[in-house]
Parts: sequence; C-alpha cells; structure tokens
Amino acid sequence: MRVRPRLPSRSAGWARLVPRPRSGPFSARWWRSPLRGLRLTSPLGLVLLPGIVLLLGTGLLSYAAYNPDLSPANDMTPDKGWLGFYLFSWPTDPDWLYRLTQGVHVTLGITLIPVLLAKLWSVIPKLFALPPARSLSHAMERVSLLLLVGGGLFVFGTGVLNVQLAYVFPGSFYTLHFYGAWVFTAAFVVHVALRLPRAVRAVRARRTVRAGSAGAEESERERAEEADARLRPPHPVEPTLSRRGALGMVGGGSLLLLATTVGQNFDGLRRTALFAPHGGSDPGAGPNGFQINKTAAHVGVTPERTGPEWRLALHGRGRELRLSRAMLLELPQHSVALPIACVEGWSTSDQWWRGVRLLDLAALVGHRRQPPDLFVVSVQPSGSFRAAALRDNQVRDPRSLLALYVNGEPLSLDHGYPARIIVPAAPGVLNTKWVGRMTFGALS
Amino acid sequence: MRRHDGRRGGWRNGRRDRWFGHGPLRPTLLLTSFVLTGYAGVRLLAGDWLWVTAWFVGAALVHDLVLLPLYALADRALRAAVPAGRHRRTVLNCVRVPAVLSGLLLLVWFPLITRQVAAYEAITGLSAEVYLGRWLLVTAVLFAGSGGWLAYRLSTDRRREVDAPSAE
Repeated sequence: MRVRPRLPSRSAGWARLVPRPRSGPFSARWWRSPLRGLRLTSPLGLVLLPGIVLLLGTGLLSYAAYNPDLSPANDMTPDKGWLGFYLFSWPTDPDWLYRLTQGVHVTLGITLIPVLLAKLWSVIPKLFALPPARSLSHAMERVSLLLLVGGGLFVFGTGVLNVQLAYVFPGSFYTLHFYGAWVFTAAFVVHVALRLPRAVRAVRARRTVRAGSAGAEESERERAEEADARLRPPHPVEPTLSRRGALGMVGGGSLLLLATTVGQNFDGLRRTALFAPHGGSDPGAGPNGFQINKTAAHVGVTPERTGPEWRLALHGRGRELRLSRAMLLELPQHSVALPIACVEGWSTSDQWWRGVRLLDLAALVGHRRQPPDLFVVSVQPSGSFRAAALRDNQVRDPRSLLALYVNGEPLSLDHGYPARIIVPAAPGVLNTKWVGRMTFGALS
Repeated sequence: MRRHDGRRGGWRNGRRDRWFGHGPLRPTLLLTSFVLTGYAGVRLLAGDWLWVTAWFVGAALVHDLVLLPLYALADRALRAAVPAGRHRRTVLNCVRVPAVLSGLLLLVWFPLITRQVAAYEAITGLSAEVYLGRWLLVTAVLFAGSGGWLAYRLSTDRRREVDAPSAE
C-alpha cells in the first residue's frame, strides 16, 4: 500500500518563493578580500580613464592614417558608415607622426593590461550581485557593463594577439578591432558618465582624511565611505597586503611590461624589448639589418619576379612607361632620412633612403604640376596590402620616394628590392615593397 | 480616490522607480549608447557572427569564470601553505610579487612564449625560440631578487630580536 505523500502545507509552499539566503559567489560572504573597496577601484579607474581615452584616440588616428576614404584598397572596414565621420587627409609632417601615435597605442595598451585586470578583479562581486535588476534602468546598466567588460577584454585581446602575429581570431583583425572598439566605446562613455563622480569623490575624500578632515568636508567623506562599503566585503579575512601594496604591485606589473616593450620603438633600446615581437634583436646586420614586417619568402616574392626582367610600369596622363632598375637609377636621385612605423606598434629610427621622387615620376607621365593621387601595386602575389593608394599631399611631398637604396646599399629583397615606396608619416603597409605598377590619377 | 491619494502617489513612484530607477537621464544615456552599440555591433557581426559572438562573450567568461578564480585559488593555496607567524606577511608577498609579475608576462605574451605562432620566423626573419628562455630567465631573476629581499628582511629582524633584550 502506497503512502500518500503529505502535501506541503500552504505556508511551506509560500516559503519556497521567499528568497533563500544566497550562497556561493551570489552571497556577499563569498567575497572576503579586505582589499576590495572603492578606495582600490577608484584610483585604478582614474588611471584607466585617461589611458583608455588615449588608446581610443590613437586608434582612431591609426585608422585615419590609412586614408581609408581615398581608395577601397586602403580600407579594411568599408562598411564603416558614420563611424568614419572624423576622417581627414593624413599629413606628412612631422615624419614621426605615425611612429608616435601607433607606438603610444600599442605600448600604452600593453602597459595598461595589469590596471585593467586589477580593476576587473576589484569589482568582480558586482557581476554576481542579485537581484539581476532592480529596475529597467538598472537592467540596461548591467547589460552595458557586460558590453564594457566583454568589449574591453575583446579589444585588448585582439590587439595583443595581433601584435604577436597570432592571427587566430574569427575574421579580419581590422574589422574585429575597429568595430569591437566602437562597441566598447559606447559602454565606456556610459560607465564614465555614471561612475566618474563617485571615483573622484572617493579619491578626494581620502585626501581630505589624510590632510586632517575639516567639518565642511565631513559629509563628503561620509558619502565616500558609504560608496566604499558597496564594494567592500562584509566579512573580510585578515589583510596580508595593504591597499597601497596592491596598487604598487599593479604599477610594478605595468612598469615591467612597459620596460620590456617600449624598446621596440627605438633602435638603440631594441635589446631591452625582451618580449615585444619586433624587439630583442634585429633580423640581420649591416645597412639592411633593420626590422622586417613581412619577409619576401613569406608573401611569395621570389628573385624571379624581381630579377633583371623586372620592370616598373608607370601610368599617367595617357602615357605609359616601362622602366628597368637601371633606367630608374639614371633619373635624379634624392636622399631622405625617414623612420618606418608599423601598425603592430614597432618602429625603427631614421633610415637613409635614396631613390627617385614621386614628383619626378609623376612628371615623366605628364603630371608636371600638382600631381594627383597615386595607386601603387606590388609584384607580391599573396598577403594583404599588395596594392595601396597615396593621397596627393603624400605624392607632392618632396621627401616621398620610390627608394632604390637604403643606408648606402641597394635594398635587400626583404626590404623591397628592386624598388619600394617610402612616404613620411605613412603607416608601414602604405610604403609598398616590390613595386610593379604605379598609376597617377587612379585609385584602383 | 479621496482616501487613497497618498497611496496612489506612492504606487506611482514605485512604478516609476521600477522603470527608471534614477530618473530619466540615465536610461536616455543608456539607450543612446545602445544605438551606437547596435550600429557598430551589426558590423562587428557581419562576418562569422557565431564565432565573433563566441569570442566576445568567451573573453568575458574565460576571464571571469576561469582566469580570475584560478588566481584567487592560487592565492588561497599560498595563504594555506604559509603558516601563521611573525613573518607571514613578508613571506606571502615575497612569493606573490614575483609570481604575479611572471604570470602577467606569460598571460600577455603566451602565444610567443609557448611558440603558438607558427609563421613567426617566416614572417619576421627573427627567431621564435628566444621567448621561452627569456621568460624563464626573467622569472628566475624575479624570484631570486624576491628571495634575497626575504632573506635580508628575516636576518635584520633576527638581529633586532637579538639586540632587543640588551636595549631593555
């Protein structure tokens, strides 16, 4: 005979709907580090704010430096729409401009990683906070925070992988990093607008306390104290590291990353860049021994394509010329000292380039005055940026060359023999190597 | 209606709070931000949307549910391993600091250090073998430096202990 289970009493049934004491990470008791609190989070946030603004700014500049609105060949994100609202003609002065902006972008990004990780660590209990939303506004805020965290890690992650040439992401780096950065920016602006006042208050109150608080600031101090309590665990374990010590460790991590990366931007310091992908040592010795973005072998440029049979096809106002390297060497030669700077954040100090001015080549095919934009195509059979467009201001700069020599020697195959473009302040990928065709007045 | 005026007002406020929480400014800001998110997001997902989403969400999940618990657990294990005593804090931090710095380098540069970048040498003309050695070397220097500092701290402390009775 089966015993009929006793029906739960009415009150027990209701009890199930009453929120139980939360457990695991959903309970405030789970989080016990005495370091957590607004006093740790605020200084980290106040470092990240200018840092990330600088990263976003230099990132937007890097996109502008490609002159993406000039030609589809230069634009890796052609469906950008309004996101290209700010684009402008990239200047050729100062010649270290892209070296500076992109060096800052990559090196600063790497330096900020410990600060970002520490910031995320300091607020992790908030991820598990219940109820999920107190109001629609609060729900939207939490969605925005997920976009902030996901977007931040996504943008930093793709950047760090890309500079290491670990092209493992699902799509073009440019697409992911550019649109990912905009998704992040949308959430970042909201986060700053909502949290900056609180962070400033916390840091200011701390200073007031240290200076010996005056009565007038007492309420401010109390408010900061109250906000701090929101991130502080209710039952902290005994501290084994001071807040200042923790901040020092984060700063130490940033300094270590900076010290082992920044050398990738200076030939004299390159040996100190122990982990930067273009740091440590140079690929060779002698005049052609400086850093190479992509070797000839990797992109399929063989000596056959660049040997005695090689000719430069020069197109202009209805004219077409085919020039051998010997013929190019008979044209007026000019020397110029210019750096090479790559989107991946490394650069070299000035190299001495020697070759024919783009202005003179334009004149040969009928553009004697005010030459137009220029389309350059490489003999390179594979890889991105086999072709690139240069804007008229770049063509008209007398320092812009079709280089044949570097540092007193003919270009090596890896540096673009028989001839390469070098334009002041242009990103490395626009300085086309192994040039096969140049068309003045065309953009594709 | 006469009787419940106050209550109705309270109820209305309750409903408004449920929707807006902090007044209309905040949801307006958030909605504007979501417009931009949508505009960029559509373009971000235009290609392989499933994998891009997986990367976007995965980045947060791996960090929040794997990486962060991992280093929290490592620290808990360390705290359990170091016995209570006067020098506990010093010992803990002399392990923590070099471990954090070394772990940070590994986290940022793991594709190069663990030689995951197959084409690195072909692309740059540089050797990919150097990174593991450099990381081990930096790690060794960090731990050696930290160990030296710990030994110094312990010895000065012991000397103070020896000196203390005579000073009394």
